[in-house]
Amino acid sequence: MAGHQTYEEQKALVFRGLMLLGAITIVEVFVALLAKGHLVHSIKFSEGFGHYLYMLLMVGFSLYKAYFIIFYFMHMAYEVRGLMLSVLLPTTLLIWAIIAFFQEGNSWGARRELIREKDQEIVKPNTGGKPQGYLLSGVDWPQKG
Amino acid sequence: MADTSVAHAHETHDHDHQDDPNIWEGAKEPFKASYGKLMMWYFLVSDAFTFAGFLIAYGALRFSTPTWPEADFVFASFPFVDAHWPLVFVTFMTFVLIFSSVTMVRAVQEGHRENRNGVVFWMFLTILGGAIFLGSQAYEWTTLIVKENVTLSANPFSRHIADGVYLNPDGSEGRNEDGTPKTFTKGENYLLHKHDGKFDIPQVKYTTGQYAGQVKEAGLGPKAFGALFFFITGFHGFHVFSGCTLSHYHYD
Repeated sequence: MAGHQTYEEQKALVFRGLMLLGAITIVEVFVALLAKGHLVHSIKFSEGFGHYLYMLLMVGFSLYKAYFIIFYFMHMAYEVRGLMLSVLLPTTLLIWAIIAFFQEGNSWGARRELIREKDQEIVKPNTGGKPQGYLLSGVDWPQKG
Repeated sequence: MADTSVAHAHETHDHDHQDDPNIWEGAKEPFKASYGKLMMWYFLVSDAFTFAGFLIAYGALRFSTPTWPEADFVFASFPFVDAHWPLVFVTFMTFVLIFSSVTMVRAVQEGHRENRNGVVFWMFLTILGGAIFLGSQAYEWTTLIVKENVTLSANPFSRHIADGVYLNPDGSEGRNEDGTPKTFTKGENYLLHKHDGKFDIPQVKYTTGQYAGQVKEAGLGPKAFGALFFFITGFHGFHVFSGCTLSHYHYD
């Protein structure tokens, strides 16, 4: 920033940034309360198209705030391109981390009952002393109790 | 044709730099940024990854647990007011952070003008903002620990996994004061209270879902909720606290 703008312009940018971030935050909270049904009880975006629109809006607002803070408050816009890329490119790995881990969590949640069942499954003890863990032909397999 | 000659000119220019005997003495800064500034950016990258790791772990566990309580049910209290205002206090804390980042930018601008008093004034406001944020966290933690009995290993906040009705201790269906059945719906949040040091865990009878017709306990919620909340906000609180205390140093 140094050398690019006059002192008055710098102060104006900070004031504009404050107004912008405040306004976006208020809109975010308003949208969140509306989508959850806290403002108008008959309106709720909890599933389908409305839910996707709500989530897209929230991600968009957050990314815009992050962009504004990094580029103008933290002066990334006035750095050379290489510095900008070396900071921002690694963070794109997080996009995949979010997709992969949330998918994993969802799948775990969907199989929770199966996991619980398998955890509580009672198998008759193998009294014959025969080896377990691989298939042997002609063996009387223990039944699920 | 013009493009290649420009590219060629650049190459020769770079070549000249490599022959410069001062290049290994710090004469040429990488990315035209000072050592301190460059390392601050890379510290921020690592910080972003640290917090992303925590928050992604939180999200993955939340998605895996159907009883995970909703944030706007848990965080609905406000200091000095007996109210259920979802996210209002959280929004206040967000604004404190926005204000203190704005005052920090002003402090840096005054620093560029070498205006010592300006820097001190705006840094003071920044540190004050950090302190207000820490105080708000203290209020949040106190409410959770003292009033609502959330700890690292017990979490009384949970959600119902299906529709159903609360049962009285004798097994009959519970009634509200107006005589209607005391029912709940799938996904409804609840908070268990402590009586004589023990959580009051009600019996419920589900009417939908795979447990329809069965009597179960509407018990404690996922432990990971409390553990992750205290760990992540505690780590962030430490980050703000060290900022508040170490910021005095640079302006000596």
